Amino acid sequence: MSFAKSVRSFFLVELVRGMALTFSYMFRPRVTLNYPFEKGPLSPRFRGELALRRYPSGEERCIACKLCEAVCPAQAITIEAEPRADGSRRTTRFDIDMTKCIYCGLCQESCPVDSIVLGPNFEYGTETHAELLYNKQKLLDNGDRWEAQIAANISADVKYR
Amino acid sequence: MPKLTIDGMEVTVEPGTSILQAAEKLGIEIPRFCYHDKLSVPANCRMCLVEVEKSPKPVASCAMPCGDDMKVFTQSAIAKKARKGVMEMLLINHPLDCPICDQGGECDLQDQAVSFGFDRSRYHEEKRAVKDKEMGPLVKTVMTRCIHCTRCVRFGEEIAGVDELGVLGRGEHLEIGNYVTQAMTSELSGNLIDVCPVGALTSKPYAFTARPWELHKTESVDVLDAVGSNIRIDCRGAEVLRILPRLHEDINEEWISDKTRFAVDGLKNQRLDRPYVRKNGKLQPATWPEAFDAIAAQLKNRKIGAIVGDLADCESIIALKDLMRALGAANLECRQDTAQIDPAQPAGYLFNTTIAGIEKADAILLVGTNPRVEAALINARIRKTWLAKRIKIGVIGPQMDLNYPTKYLGAGPETLEELLNGKGAFADVLSKAQNPMIILGAGALRRADGLSIQVLARKVAEKYNMVKEGWNGYNMLHSQAARVGALSLGFVAGNAETWQKVNALYLLGADELPLEKMEVNTFVIYQGHHGDRGATRADVILPGAAYTEKNATYVNTEGRPQHARQAIFPPGEAREDWKIIRSLSEVLGKTLPYDTLAQVRQRLVQENGLFNEIDAVRSAKWVPFGKEGKCDKAPFVLPINNFYMTDPISRASRVMAECTKVFVMKADQERAVARG
Repeated sequence: MSFAKSVRSFFLVELVRGMALTFSYMFRPRVTLNYPFEKGPLSPRFRGELALRRYPSGEERCIACKLCEAVCPAQAITIEAEPRADGSRRTTRFDIDMTKCIYCGLCQESCPVDSIVLGPNFEYGTETHAELLYNKQKLLDNGDRWEAQIAANISADVKYR
Repeated sequence: MPKLTIDGMEVTVEPGTSILQAAEKLGIEIPRFCYHDKLSVPANCRMCLVEVEKSPKPVASCAMPCGDDMKVFTQSAIAKKARKGVMEMLLINHPLDCPICDQGGECDLQDQAVSFGFDRSRYHEEKRAVKDKEMGPLVKTVMTRCIHCTRCVRFGEEIAGVDELGVLGRGEHLEIGNYVTQAMTSELSGNLIDVCPVGALTSKPYAFTARPWELHKTESVDVLDAVGSNIRIDCRGAEVLRILPRLHEDINEEWISDKTRFAVDGLKNQRLDRPYVRKNGKLQPATWPEAFDAIAAQLKNRKIGAIVGDLADCESIIALKDLMRALGAANLECRQDTAQIDPAQPAGYLFNTTIAGIEKADAILLVGTNPRVEAALINARIRKTWLAKRIKIGVIGPQMDLNYPTKYLGAGPETLEELLNGKGAFADVLSKAQNPMIILGAGALRRADGLSIQVLARKVAEKYNMVKEGWNGYNMLHSQAARVGALSLGFVAGNAETWQKVNALYLLGADELPLEKMEVNTFVIYQGHHGDRGATRADVILPGAAYTEKNATYVNTEGRPQHARQAIFPPGEAREDWKIIRSLSEVLGKTLPYDTLAQVRQRLVQENGLFNEIDAVRSAKWVPFGKEGKCDKAPFVLPINNFYMTDPISRASRVMAECTKVFVMKADQERAVARG
């Protein structure tokens, strides 16, 4: 063992350096978040929980064209439709199995009226499987709840489309 | 025979063939909207433009006859540019509402816009909008989508024979409309939906229910009349959503009747989905073994009879016949309507001319029949023949509204006798005709002297040379899908009234009987698919399958056996009919010797050779039939008053009920008003 090496070893230089580095992090900005009280930034293109939107008038956007049902690679969407009392084409059933959904976003791409969207919400874990089988009411409620942010995301992304 | 080249391929065609047809012969598809195989050629959509050498402008290929040494280019720059231009013009006023249009996914305009159009519009002015027309309970209109191909107008004028649709206005204001706001008074109006290349005319009952890509398609045959129209059953899951025609040149061409198309919702209502047994005067739900045991207990020491209904398939008929024979029952009947038919001679009960053969006829005599309601597609064929050759058509029976001009000869059998004696103007027509035809309908058969009338008709046929080498002009027109099959399987014994004398009766879907004439103590077994008249009277109900739910054989009025195919499963505990009879035979200790469909079909062939060749017509040997006798002077009475409700399926259909309200009851009211 050489002399220099013996001195470094005796005075625990490496340990002190390491501890110094560790200690220096006390004075730097934190990178961890205090989830769920803090959340990270999301891209406007983030593909989270599905939602059905309404027009500002309150009318549901979906016109039962069934393109999302056709395009869905996981076959997670089931739609049934019939004429509403006013003669317009509307869904009577709009079910999405969130446990089948692979969040590819093709439904959103195919929608001619921007009705079905993958919203910014990613916190919808449930205790049972059944709670993740969404029906039309649940999807519309999602849309109502997240409309402000969904609209902001779409308008932020519109120039890239 | 002109010989021309299309896209470098040589083809020789009949003189008068259009370029479009010649190209089709070569397998080259030219886009088109207004051109339709079965309709006249107006050449107004301009989509089929092609380049022809030495022609200064592109040529409309649907209307241009082929010439010798013509050189046609369907894929040249000129042709493509012409198509693209036409497509752009068509799309100027076509709304961009494919997502809510029922034609979406099976739309000619959509497909061709993708293939030949441009992906953006240069048109920034106002689009026009057109008011929708009211066309009754079957056809929904969105006239803004119309591209003015006039197929519907031509269909109405040429095939349906009702001049109720037309083109109104000029230029920008041009519209397709019905002159008077009312439903199209035709039993073929549903075909407008198929004929329309865009979504202007769509099916009202089917509106918004499904997309074509979701549907499971099964090719089958129709049983709501005896024509045996070829159909395609479209279903999703366990539900039949719609019925479309399938091309069969010898039967229905490309059309089907409204009942065939729209009575499908009747398959969902009033269904028998589990066995029932009557206890203490009330029908109680039961299990299959309970129902079979109840039958086994009751059938002992009873005189048994069996009646086959109008929708029964041949497999179940032969199974029932074998079972009845094993039980020693002799009272078998397939003629619920008491029609007098000689079952021994097929020539006497078949439509011998064949449906396609009508086109060769040059004089037709209708006796006690209204083909328009009894067999709408045979009527369409008669009209087609009249349209092509202006043949003379005589009518014996009640006065009726047919969609071609007829000569009214008389009301009853004595007119037929006069014809036999060579009296009257129509005798002249018949004797001059090369291929005369006579069509006997239910009105002439459903009477005590039915067999004598058939002798009379046979003599008329022989006198006017209607039966000769290569031509048989004697026809009987049935309106029940099961009738010819049951007759050819010999499901007849004794005369049509004997069933009233038995004290146990097996009804295989028989719902048209006057059951009130039956003894109160008669034990009635009803096997069928709808809770209709037969089931109401039954002591045991065995739930069977409707025609969309089983693989079955039906024989149409020509004597043409065809296979219907299973599209969905029968509801609940219902089962295929021949299987029910086979299972019952085991419980009764008379096990039938077949376990599979193939074995039953072998048994059919064994019983009658005609089942050997599916979709073929055998010409029947011309031998005397009928029974000589005196004919009653009473006029012929037509049995079907309401085209839209003739069987358990159409009686359970909401759409058919709506049609009855709109077409039949309204017409009755008008007649009453006219009478004062």
